[in-house]
Amino acid sequence: MMRKAALLGASVLAFTALAGAASAEVSACLITKTDTNPFFVKMKEGATAKAEEMGIQLSTYAGKIDGDVETQIAAVESCIAGGAKGILITPSDSRALAPVVGQARDAGLLVIALDTPFEPADTADATFATDNFLAGELIGKWAAAKMGDTSGAKIALLDLNPSEVSVDYLRDQGFLTGFGVDVKDPKDIGDEDDPRIVGNDVTNGNEEGGRTAMENLLQKDSGVNVVYTINEPAAAGAYEALKAVGLESQAMIVSVDGGCPGVQNVADGVIGATSMQFPLLMASKGVEAIAAFAADGTKPQNSEGLDFFNTGVTLVTDEPVEGVPSITSEEALHQCWG
Amino acid sequence: MSETGSPKGQEFEHMLGQSDKRVAQFDDRPKGLVEKLQHMLHGNPTLVPVIVLVAAIVVFGLVAGDRFFSPFNLSLILQQVSIIGILAAAQSLIVLTAGIDLSVAAIMVLMSVIAGNLAVYMGVPPVLALAVAFAGGTGAGLMNGFLVTKVKLPPFITTLGTWSIFYALNLWLSGAQSIRSQDIDKNAPLLKFWGEGFAFFGAKVTYGSLLMIAVFLGLWYMLNKTAWGRHVYAVGDDKEAAELAGIQADRVLLSVYGMAGLVCAIAAWAAIGRVGSISPQSFYEGNLQSITAVVVGGISLFGGRGSILGALFGALIVGVFQSGLRLANVDVLWQVFAIGWLIIIAVAIDQWIRKVSK
Repeated sequence: MMRKAALLGASVLAFTALAGAASAEVSACLITKTDTNPFFVKMKEGATAKAEEMGIQLSTYAGKIDGDVETQIAAVESCIAGGAKGILITPSDSRALAPVVGQARDAGLLVIALDTPFEPADTADATFATDNFLAGELIGKWAAAKMGDTSGAKIALLDLNPSEVSVDYLRDQGFLTGFGVDVKDPKDIGDEDDPRIVGNDVTNGNEEGGRTAMENLLQKDSGVNVVYTINEPAAAGAYEALKAVGLESQAMIVSVDGGCPGVQNVADGVIGATSMQFPLLMASKGVEAIAAFAADGTKPQNSEGLDFFNTGVTLVTDEPVEGVPSITSEEALHQCWG
Repeated sequence: MSETGSPKGQEFEHMLGQSDKRVAQFDDRPKGLVEKLQHMLHGNPTLVPVIVLVAAIVVFGLVAGDRFFSPFNLSLILQQVSIIGILAAAQSLIVLTAGIDLSVAAIMVLMSVIAGNLAVYMGVPPVLALAVAFAGGTGAGLMNGFLVTKVKLPPFITTLGTWSIFYALNLWLSGAQSIRSQDIDKNAPLLKFWGEGFAFFGAKVTYGSLLMIAVFLGLWYMLNKTAWGRHVYAVGDDKEAAELAGIQADRVLLSVYGMAGLVCAIAAWAAIGRVGSISPQSFYEGNLQSITAVVVGGISLFGGRGSILGALFGALIVGVFQSGLRLANVDVLWQVFAIGWLIIIAVAIDQWIRKVSK
């Protein structure tokens, strides 16, 4: 029974592949880390819509959980076998997928990493991602401009986790740079000696961690008035901690992501400003790049001065400041993901 | 014995009078100080965590100073450990039966997501939503218990599986998206009840902290003053012996898993108050943290030994260490390092104390 179904499935696949070849239709694959995270759900939406618009046949795959390398490897193999022109992938493991990506490129496919770069980045033909340093810099500049005289700033930094992965240090150090703090080593969190920094703590990027970390830093100095957070769930937790001791109006919270609950929190005054990233755009640009490659073999170029193509980041705030372009939370609610 | 000493007695009987008349008794040669301590600790397994807790408070009070000792900071520690503490109470029940439960935090998060979805998004009255969560938590625990007692799977494997199952259900139900604090306030403020509290001499005591203590006291009473509790200890110490003594071991085990699931659901309610929002991504390592509290609290992983109150002290010790190290400006990395040693030392002490009975 199972075998029969499998055979049937295989023949259907073969048939669609044939049909695709017959109508000279370009096919592409999208492989995300999971199917559950709203960020990737939005990415899939963007890719599907674009593919439909351009008449590209898109197959989508996803790992079961973040870190599920086997499923992603199998997906890449299916794409090669299926005769796809290109693969868009958010690698669950920046290194482990390199061999199979090499196979795909040898077979003549264009491979584009979305959101998460490979290590080294040139494992893939291109990377379409958010400039996380810039995302941090924007909220740093906003906070500094909002404050005016920053000499009395007391900064709490709510980071991701002790392993200091790239997204963590890029956002943290970007924020400090934007705010006007000397970051010393831009890849090291917490090596700064600026007296305005109250301290760093980790949140694991969720509300519970955000709340605990904020409580801890308030214990160090209850005068905290600027709170940087790695993402919006951590920001929501930090706000709860401030509210519990009646200090929510003393401190401004800034964050990064652009998820819909986060943008809603900007509208509600919980978060002062957040840098929005665009998973949908990563995917639709990726589909366009595959179409261009299929047409005449052109490969996407990196943004100037970066080893990836920057899909953009926009500041969202209802209290705009001069010199830092931004959109309102109302506008952002139409573009947010999740 | 009545004929002993009679002149007509046999030869060997003359000697009987000179023999040792004592019956079997304990060797009471004078003991060294260390041995006395070992015996005392064997009799009172909760003593170690209490001593460590008091010592830790004193040491960090000296190192980190007033900021550590302030009523506010001490009450904050209580708040911060309250959720892991309640989970540790559930974990203790399982560990007392020589099992382990990797799914406690997953049950808790799943139940908070269920209660939140029902009450905040679907307009179900909060009381009813919580009742569903309590029933669900108990059901999830019973499912673990069924797999352990009827399908005869080891608890570790059972809960390793259900951990993933409950986690996946949680992501599916929530779409990995948090329910915002403001939306809960608007539609179902009852869910956040345990996050509220009162000021008390500079301390901020939340109802959630009190709930944790109440859960421990309630379970302590059940374990020590009821027949059910005696049976739990008996089954944990030696399941076969308990069965020979007429205890229906599987039934006891099933009830323990069900009770642990219910306690996880209580933790779910408390967690909504503590965190403020309903967060499907939080407490991913809650199971391991609850095991840490249990082990540091001196409850033997081999079952049947230790007081559930030990887990409360264990959770507090971890909280005091984290708070103290932080206020002493120790990097997060080294806090993790210190907790690791705490676990190893706690288990080593437990092993040493157990040697008394050999």
